[in-house]
Amino acid sequence: MSAAKFIAHTDVPAWLAELAASMRVIAPVTEGGNVLYREFDSATNGVELNRKPTESAKHVLFPRSEALFTFRKEPVPFAPDSLDPATEEDSPAPRMTLTQPEAPKPTVVFGMLCCDAGGVTTFDPVYGGRYQDPYYLQKREATVLIAKACNEPLKTCFCTWVGSDPANKRDADILATDFGNGLYLEALTERAERVLGSKLLQDAPANAEAKAEALHAAAREAIGEVPSLEGIDNTLTTLFDERDFWWSHSAPCLACGICTNLCPTCHCFTITDEKASGAGVRLRSWDTCMAALYTLEASGHNPRGQKAARLRNRVGHKFSYFLKNNNGRISCQGCGRCIKSCPSSVDIRRIVLDAMKKGCAVKEAANG
Amino acid sequence: MSIQAQLRDAILKVLPDVECVIGWGPGPDPLRNAPLFMKTPDDVERFEAGPLSVSNLAVFLQEYKGNKVGIVVKGCDSRSVVQMLAEKLINREDVVIIGYPCEGVLDAAKIVTKLGLPQEALEAGMVAKLELEGESVTVTARGKTTELAIKDVTATKCSICRYPNAVLSDEFVGEKREGLEDSYGDVDKFLAMSEEERFRFWEKEMERCIRCYACRNACPLCVCKDHCVATSRDPHWLTQADSPRDKLFFQLIHATHLAGRCTGCGECARACPVNIPVGLFKRFMNRATEKLFSFQGGVDPEATPPLQTFKLEEPTIQERNWK
Ligand code: SF4
Ligand code: SF4
Ligand code: SF4
Ligand code: SF4
Repeated sequence: MSAAKFIAHTDVPAWLAELAASMRVIAPVTEGGNVLYREFDSATNGVELNRKPTESAKHVLFPRSEALFTFRKEPVPFAPDSLDPATEEDSPAPRMTLTQPEAPKPTVVFGMLCCDAGGVTTFDPVYGGRYQDPYYLQKREATVLIAKACNEPLKTCFCTWVGSDPANKRDADILATDFGNGLYLEALTERAERVLGSKLLQDAPANAEAKAEALHAAAREAIGEVPSLEGIDNTLTTLFDERDFWWSHSAPCLACGICTNLCPTCHCFTITDEKASGAGVRLRSWDTCMAALYTLEASGHNPRGQKAARLRNRVGHKFSYFLKNNNGRISCQGCGRCIKSCPSSVDIRRIVLDAMKKGCAVKEAANG
Repeated sequence: MSIQAQLRDAILKVLPDVECVIGWGPGPDPLRNAPLFMKTPDDVERFEAGPLSVSNLAVFLQEYKGNKVGIVVKGCDSRSVVQMLAEKLINREDVVIIGYPCEGVLDAAKIVTKLGLPQEALEAGMVAKLELEGESVTVTARGKTTELAIKDVTATKCSICRYPNAVLSDEFVGEKREGLEDSYGDVDKFLAMSEEERFRFWEKEMERCIRCYACRNACPLCVCKDHCVATSRDPHWLTQADSPRDKLFFQLIHATHLAGRCTGCGECARACPVNIPVGLFKRFMNRATEKLFSFQGGVDPEATPPLQTFKLEEPTIQERNWK
């Protein structure tokens, strides 16, 4: 792996423009008061590295709406004979032409949050484990992730509670640390090589490692005390039928789905055929377990008709079911978006902490 | 006694007769309150009302239909309740309305832009502390404390609010306030753009819509959330494509379905996580409803909303001799 590098802030736009010549470059930019991950355009975009992006970067690898293939029913040539029942068997069957989407372009995501990079590695076992999803895996392989360590966590950040970190080196390909005058770039994987060849990159300054470590520690510290979530998976299972618990926590929820749409780890989708006159596209688009439609069955029965059951699923999936299938890893990355953007101020931290408290009480009562 | 204290007393009085009283309590960061569902006098201790009580709690009422609940309302929230009553979406005997004169609610985005901190501090989550005192709000962010006049940082809807007092209530606390004028200046400004410019404006805005439908679910008057045309499979009205066309299409449907019903509470726009000014569609419709039918949503519980009735000839619509 290449040695650590450094790039002056003033050189960043030129570096990104250089990369953009051969790659799709995605970077956070300000738009309408939000920070969104957008395709970098050196003419119009200033990269925003100081504010936290409103949305996660998951759409780069898992588009909001993605064409799995397009289809076209080929016209059957008009053959008067085929209308005769006696010759029907000989008539040509209608043909369908399917076209696959183009292979994904080489991509680099620059300046993503560490929790967003963590989101990607929670996608990996889902789309690249027992079931191999070529759409995701091709993009994953073609994409270099450059995460930027957070210098200043928000009041809604809690990555340290869930096994991540404002400067985690587990998930991205490169970790960038802001030294004020520029970015210190540490390569974390082989993939990093693809973007570190530029002449604009300097060798890392002396003491860079220690300096970065100090910044990382300060950010970690700023998040504050880390409560124990030991056994949260079983605790939530114990609480599954505690109606009052889920009812009271979900009372303010609007079932709007902002939380799941902004979450870097929510990965559910729905499939629709969008067609007109025998041609169309099969789309895979984001779905949300907070919506009633998500579990609506063909019979009309809905096992999660109540929003309480849906909120329970969201929290349960992140803090219980996912762990059981993925070696104890909590899928939530603690980015806090679901708290920050929730119009009804639902706070997943409060639910989880309350579960820890209630779970102990329920267990004691059972043993007692 | 402060309004908050008076409201607490009113809530305690109502509490024994209802399943719960819906009000506001502390939120996850100092900039906002969260909805609070009070069942016991202890819960009432946590009740807060004032410039942070932004959310319109009327959105929850339909869930409690058939069970008696109490609700604390600002002027704008009360209009949602009234409109629901007019449309028989809730029963009058199921709801105890506790009203107060609202002085305006804070707009978190305005506060963060006014803090005088560098651009990178534009983040509500960086506000460490917020104190309200009389006409001013004191905000601490990044170790710096700033005092702002509340009137400079209230939501835009509050500066044109015609009904600051609950228009209908069973308990009303506090002194009634004067309403303000609304001349729909924002709509005029928008209409001053050319058609092409307007189209480009929405194309650009809708592009970042994530199709979460918070604008729909935050709306107290949207009645078909779980059966929405935007997401239903059968019939399949809208494609799921990530295109401004489909997203704009949904907004037009929502605005049309809210025509003559919307009370201008602004929750659709406040809920939008990517700040799309979706309230503008409804403001346009509201102005049209006022002009054509002399009707404002949520003012009179006995009124029949204009699009739910039919007159052979509308006095303000000239159908004959079209030119
Ligand atoms: S963002 Fe909040 S209100 Fe919306 S579905 Fe999620 S928890 Fe519920
Ligand atoms: S559940 Fe909430 S805090 Fe956790 S990763 Fe998702 S959006 Fe972030
Ligand atoms: S459309 Fe918007 S402004 Fe109108 S009632 Fe619904 S949420 Fe309120
Ligand atoms: S709330 Fe905003 S992002 Fe969500 S569907 Fe409505 S306009 Fe789109």
